[in-house]
This record gives sequence, C-alpha cells and structure tokens, in this order.
Amino acid sequence: MDVRMEVLELLAENARLTIEQLATMLDLDEQEARRLVEELEESHTILGYRTLVNWDKVQKERVTALIEVKVTPQRDVGFRAVAERIGRFPEVKSLHLMSGAYDLAVFIEGRTMQEVAFFVATKLAPIDGVMSTTTHFVLQTFKKEGILLEEADGDHRLVMSP
Amino acid sequence: MTTYNWADRLNPTVREVKPSGIRRFFDMASEMKGVISLGVGEPDFVTPWRIREASIYALEKGYTMYTANSGLPELRREISRFTADCFGCTYDSNSEVLVTVGVSEGLDLALRAIVAPGDEIIVPEPCYVSYQPCVALAGGIPVPVPTRGEDGFVVTAAQIEAAITPRTKALLLCYPNNPTGAVISRAELEAIAEVCATHDILVISDEIYAALTYESEHTCFATLPGMRDRTILLQGFSKAFAMTGWRVGYALGNTDFIGAMTKIHQFTMLCAPITAQMAAIEALKNGREDMHRMVNQYNHRRRLCLKACQEIGLPCFNPGGAFYVFPDIRPTGLSSEEFTERLIKEEKVAVVPGNAFGECGEGYIRCSYAASVDNLTEAFKRIGRLVQRTP
Repeated sequence: MDVRMEVLELLAENARLTIEQLATMLDLDEQEARRLVEELEESHTILGYRTLVNWDKVQKERVTALIEVKVTPQRDVGFRAVAERIGRFPEVKSLHLMSGAYDLAVFIEGRTMQEVAFFVATKLAPIDGVMSTTTHFVLQTFKKEGILLEEADGDHRLVMSP
Repeated sequence: MTTYNWADRLNPTVREVKPSGIRRFFDMASEMKGVISLGVGEPDFVTPWRIREASIYALEKGYTMYTANSGLPELRREISRFTADCFGCTYDSNSEVLVTVGVSEGLDLALRAIVAPGDEIIVPEPCYVSYQPCVALAGGIPVPVPTRGEDGFVVTAAQIEAAITPRTKALLLCYPNNPTGAVISRAELEAIAEVCATHDILVISDEIYAALTYESEHTCFATLPGMRDRTILLQGFSKAFAMTGWRVGYALGNTDFIGAMTKIHQFTMLCAPITAQMAAIEALKNGREDMHRMVNQYNHRRRLCLKACQEIGLPCFNPGGAFYVFPDIRPTGLSSEEFTERLIKEEKVAVVPGNAFGECGEGYIRCSYAASVDNLTEAFKRIGRLVQRTP
C-alpha cells in the first residue's frame, strides 16, 4: 500500500498517535513521517484532528436534523454555488449531493428543534435556487464515525494463556 | 485409619505430566487490579461481526445438529480452496481434510494416529506448552531440541539430524512460532525436508500462525518437494480470524493419515461444533479482508514493541510472525520467573516467563502484542522502569 494511505488510515483511526509512533509503526524514519504528515496537512488531505464525543453523556441540549433539499441547478456551476452558500453556515455540520429523490443532504445541529426549524425557515429555504426542504429530526444515534455509542465490549480474555 | 491414595490409581503417564509453568503467574496476575496483560496467547480482537452474525443466523435457522465426522462438506471445500489460494497446497476436500476442535485436537489426533508406544517425536523448543504432554499422552517420547536466541530460535536441519535415533517417528514443527514469534526460511525448511526424507521421518507442521507472517512469505511445509504426503498440516481459525473460543481448526494430509485421525475423532469427538463450523465457513468466504486488517495492525504493533525493547535495553531478535516478541532479559541478572514475578508485583504488567515453553526459553520473556497501542506503550514504559532498577 502507498505509505501516504497507511499514514492516513492510522491517523483516521487514532489521531493521537505521535510522529514517533507513526514512524515506528510504518517503519519510516521520523523525519520522513513528519514530512508526510505535513504534506497531507498542507494539501488539505488531513482536514483536522478532532475528538469524537458522545454528547448524550453530558446534559447538553443538542438537536440534529437531516434536511433534504431540492435545488434548481444553475448554468455552469450546477449545484456548487448553492452548496457553497449553504455550507458556510456554521449550523451545517455536513453537506452532500445525493442521487435519488432530492439533491442536497444537509445535516444541521442546533440547541433546540425550534432553533433548527428557525434556521431552515429563515436561512436555508429562502436561498435562491432552493426549491423545497424536508426536515427530519434525529431521534437517537447508535453509531457515529464507525463507532458504536454504547459501551465497548471490554476485554473478556483470561489474564494469561499459553 | 489408613487413607486410600487415589492418585496411585492414576495412569502414571498422566501423573507425570508436569503442570503448566504459567499457572502460578496467572494466579498472581488475576488477584491484582489494574494489570496490563501482555501474557495472553490470543487475539485482542473479537471475532469479526460478519462471522458472529453468520453463526447466529445458523442457530436461528436451526443448525444445531451433528455434522459429518470430518466436518461440513461446504467448510471442507472452503478450507481446500483457502489453503490452495493462501499457501499453495491442494487437498481433496472429501478425503484429505478433517475439521477438528481447534489445532489442539488436531495435534492430539495426529500424534495418536502415528505414535506407537516408545516412538520418539522430535520437538524443537521453545514451543507451545501442550506439545510434550500430548506426545507423552499418546504413548510417545518427546525429544526436545533446544534452539538458541543467537540463531533467532530457528531449528536447523543439523540439529534435527543429530536428534534422530532408530526410534524417531516424527518431527513436530511450529513456525511462525509461539512463544518466540520466529519464522523459518524456505532454505532451512528445504534442508529439514531433506533430512526427513533421508531418515524417513514424518512431519507434523502446526501452522496456526501462518497468516500472521510479516516480512516474508510463509512457506507451508507440505509444499516442499516430496513433503506433501509425509506431512500432517495443522491449521485453524483462532489466530487469523480471532476465533479462539469457537474451537475450530483443521488437519490436512494424505488419505491414510486423515483417515486414521478421522477414526479417532469419530469415536472421541464425533464432530466439531456445528455453530463454529458455520462461523468458519463465513470466515473463509467473506472474512479475508478482516483478516488482512488485523494482520496489518499486528504488524504495526510488532514494530512498536521491537523499538520499545531496544529503547529499554532488552535485546530482542526481529520476530517475523505470530504476535509475540521474545526479549532477552538476561542483562537484568534475573531469571525469567524472577523477572515475571517482579514485573507483576512491582509494575502490574503480566508476561509469560520464557522457561514455561522449554528450558532454552530461560532468560527470555514472552510479550504478546495482541493488545492496544496504548496498553503496549504503557506496558513497555513499566517494563523499562523495572529494567532500570535491576543491575
């Protein structure tokens, strides 16, 4: 495998690996590992290093919604101009162009349902080119970024075995 | 009143089997809280979900019965295909494949099938703890051949030849090796094959760790010229697919050997559990990507452990397989057992003393890297602290 891919896969799994660990794990020298990571950061291939939080564990009010958006594509730019406009709102956590019944899937986060509804009504729906929106509130999250939210299974192995 | 000594009534062979050298340390580590264990001889991954799910589905569909003695035909076909693909050896799924209850049963069957009373079985050491007892229980005489750290714990054809007597029946090989992680080169295996052919010695090759080979290509002993019919090949799902508790493995060999082993298996075991066999089918059909993902992670951790040994001043040869490093702790002036005991008591890290796997393992400890990167990092930090406190 391409060593850049290996770096990305390891960091995508565990962003806290140090350069030293990364270098050892991939049999690189540290300078080489550092250079690779810097290149990946500069080229915006690595977008950031963040913590995956299960917000249900803290009493913070938080509402997530999926908004299906139908859009009139524009000459030359297609869906891009509208997508960029929508994507710049900090309330929008992720944004995808979809195949099928609607065009853009917009994931919104807010403190309350009212806040999300207000955002859709006053910011999202009125955007030029947006034909319609359908809002679905998330009721419960079971898995996020490949991680099940319930407690991990734990290590059931005997403490020592041949 | 005279008390009757029931132990006198035991089979002397059983009575004389030595208890495992691990027990004492197991008890010690079990009693403590916060122990990081590098003493576990099994994957830290749970069985991939697709495999578990397939087995649950089989249960739901009512697959709860006996199977053919030699195993489900579909599983035998998949085994035949898998070993051909991965290791380049072909076996007829009808007559040359036997599904066993782990390699442990496969080894027992192989030994019982070939050993006549007093036959000698050559066993290179260090080796898995059950080899010698199984030879003895089958009525044979284990002939240990010590290997040396300086040689990367690889047995040589010359050492094997020197151990051969007129009573030698077979050689019991295990590469990649538990406990050392050593792999053996094709050239050395070819030399060994020649010795076996010359002296008409059979070979039992335990290749349970074959999929966990990192820097070289695994050579399956049965693929060497003239060795296929001389070899009983033992394989299983425990290590490659993280399926230790399912107890399912397989033996491959010529129809006479597999036929004889099936005869014993049929009367003593009947068949391997169907739920595990169903899971094994899914593992072979759709689990290879999971296997590669796990092997890749073991390799990353292997490098971390090797570097950590270097940094704390414990010499360690580069183990090319399995999931163990086997560092030399002689610079500390402690014996394997002293080191292990102090490590558990003073630093709460469990490892296995090398001498549990044969006398020539004295001066070494087995550290399993079937553990998370965080645990490995912390464990080696603690091992380093103990090393610092020794002369």
